[in-house]
Amino acid sequence: MSSRIRENLRALTSYKSAVIGLAVIMVLVAISIYTVITIPYEEAVRLWRAGEQHWLDTPRNAFPSWYSSILQKRLPETIIKDTTKPGPGVYKVIVQAGEVVRILRIDIDFRFDYDDFPSEINIFYSVRFNRSVPQITMTWTKPDGTTIELRKFTPTSDGAYYVSVDQGLTSREVERVVAKLGSRPNYELSPTISLFAVEDRSILESDRVQVMKGNYRLSVEGLLFDPQSDFDVKLVVYGKVYGWAGTDHLRRDIGIALLWGTPIALSFGLIAAVAVALIQMSVGAVSAWFGGAVDNAIQRVTEIFIVLPFLPTLIMVQTLYKVDIWTLLLVIVALLSFGPGVKNYRALFLQLKESQYIEAAKSYGAGSARIVLLHLVPRVIPTMIPSIVFSVADFVFLEAALAILGIGDPRTPTWGKVIQDSFYGGALFKGLYYWTLEPAFLLLITSLSFALVGFALDKIFNPRLREA
Amino acid sequence: MLSEHANDVVSILRIMKSEVLFRISTSVYQNPAYRTLNETALRNLVNRLYELEIKKLGFDQPFFVRSFNYLRDALTLDLGRSLFLSSDSGSRSVRIIILERLPNTVLLFTTTQLLLFFIGLFGGLYLSRRYGSRIERTVSLLAPFSSLSGWFYGLFLILIFASVLRLLPYGGMVDIPPPTDRFAYALSVLKHMILPVMSWLLAYSFLGIYTRRTFFLIFSSEDYVEVARAKGLPDDLIRRRYILRPTLPPIVTDFSLTLISSWLGAIVTETVFNWPGIGRLFYEAAAFFDTPVIVGLVVIYAYLLAVTVFVLEIVYAVLDPRIRTGVA
Repeated sequence: MSSRIRENLRALTSYKSAVIGLAVIMVLVAISIYTVITIPYEEAVRLWRAGEQHWLDTPRNAFPSWYSSILQKRLPETIIKDTTKPGPGVYKVIVQAGEVVRILRIDIDFRFDYDDFPSEINIFYSVRFNRSVPQITMTWTKPDGTTIELRKFTPTSDGAYYVSVDQGLTSREVERVVAKLGSRPNYELSPTISLFAVEDRSILESDRVQVMKGNYRLSVEGLLFDPQSDFDVKLVVYGKVYGWAGTDHLRRDIGIALLWGTPIALSFGLIAAVAVALIQMSVGAVSAWFGGAVDNAIQRVTEIFIVLPFLPTLIMVQTLYKVDIWTLLLVIVALLSFGPGVKNYRALFLQLKESQYIEAAKSYGAGSARIVLLHLVPRVIPTMIPSIVFSVADFVFLEAALAILGIGDPRTPTWGKVIQDSFYGGALFKGLYYWTLEPAFLLLITSLSFALVGFALDKIFNPRLREA
Repeated sequence: MLSEHANDVVSILRIMKSEVLFRISTSVYQNPAYRTLNETALRNLVNRLYELEIKKLGFDQPFFVRSFNYLRDALTLDLGRSLFLSSDSGSRSVRIIILERLPNTVLLFTTTQLLLFFIGLFGGLYLSRRYGSRIERTVSLLAPFSSLSGWFYGLFLILIFASVLRLLPYGGMVDIPPPTDRFAYALSVLKHMILPVMSWLLAYSFLGIYTRRTFFLIFSSEDYVEVARAKGLPDDLIRRRYILRPTLPPIVTDFSLTLISSWLGAIVTETVFNWPGIGRLFYEAAAFFDTPVIVGLVVIYAYLLAVTVFVLEIVYAVLDPRIRTGVA
């Protein structure tokens, strides 16, 4: 047996396409193993389902980092500076000024020499006080020395200051530019741009505005009225690129879903393909072997299942029970157990049933179970291997199709889910092509490599196709 | 097993009957015309109306008789009323809902399937004669690409032609607002059809050609074809009489089954291209548990399948004399 397997493997490697297919499958398996070991499943689900709370510090809809080298342009990375985690460029001092009043001074320095504007600017703050609320003033200093007062306020609780969408700041900035240059910008100048732009005539036109490269500073000055008062800020200048895969509309790292999608797609496809083929084959064997009433009953049930619409039935099951992906797999296998394949296998077995080695088995008194399981089924397995390999791709796509219809597993991150998110998140309208193309590419190479191997196997096991 | 089944039927019947009772009693008790009647008179009225309704629905008949009633309803496309969905014209009749979507799906998918069928047939025939040529090897090489679904190619086509080139619409069936001119309307529908049709052709035509090629290759190496060649018959005649003729039954089967299944549309492709066809209807009905609509669709499909299989038996006999005379 093992020599036969080795021989078939050698035959398989003589097809260049099959070698490529096998190599890709190996890589995917390696990725799966790496993923399962480094990111535990629960962790992946938690990260994927945590919502925006977990992903506060990542940019929304950011491109993958390698976009920078493709576009020949340094796209900004995210810059995070936190006064509770002191590091380079973060200074915080509190000096006593009088009996109770203290003065707080925070300076956050960072360098910005990217070729594009950041996507968003947020300042998260935490505040501590007993009775009197601290007074806080935030100012922004550009590399050329221009200082802009962002906000003056008395924070009563922890919160966030969303600089990019501050209406007051927006109109103050526009007026400042108008006062400086004497004319009005021809577009909606948001603080995200004005705080980082070169302030000459180029700022007036949306397609000519340039980034001012250099050292920026966010200064926070505060008056603390209680002895225990304190104030901390975290500045997040969101970039336009993140990680190797980018982020989606909920700021999540798409890479997690791409990584975890690999073992899920592979195991889903393989288990479904093998289980469906084995069950259909066994049902076909039983039907052909016993004949009579058993055959009749199985054939009628099969015909009912063939007419039963497969996808709508799945949709109903999923809407009603919201099952997870493995239960879904069970449902799929159950629905397909009596699928059209049963008819083909039955025809095959009807032929085999008359062969002489079965006659011989019968004559030495082998029971039905023994003949079906040991003589009939193993004989057919080699011829069905190609079709099993083919159908792996079909099941991988089925999972993606279910996700596109919005009825996939609600928890698990899969490739199909990313495609669905991107499709309904308007990735194709907004030009966020990486969002659709990354999972699509993985789906493509997965099913293509299985198809390549399947075609080669088909030629090996069914030599009639190899003709002259 | 059988009694269990009968139990199911009985309990479903009980549920339906109690629904009828509920509907009638609420309508009677809420009807201002009956305000003056006392409690007993009202109850009698409800009972009388209930019995009439049960009789009208045929629930008093035995299961066997009711089955024939259902069969008659299904055959006459009297599919009842939907629970939630309604047609664009506002009707709740399942027949009207289905008939409203049907032309859209037939237009898109029957066209596509016909195209695919003939591309496969003639492409396969052509390649089987040019075995080993460059074009034959190219198609064989491209065949694995059919392992990707049609809707998947649809995503790429939308990306290229709608998003980047902005030549064709993202989806839908007609421009919004729809053109009033009939010619412009047809043109707009045609424009919306290009991408979905192309996505299916891209996805399935190579495999279609490839399988037909293999099929014809196997048949053209039969002994009787060799004999015909040896006799020096012209190629054209060999192709028509010795290759196409005996392969006709499976081809006709394929053709008819593809045609009747094409009207069910394709759920995912219609979702991706936002095409208002039967596939979308199937999805909506399944998502809202609108059983009458689902049952209606499945019943029509089942009958069509049965009729087609029956007609095919006759067609086989016409095509293959061995079947006609009963010689194996």
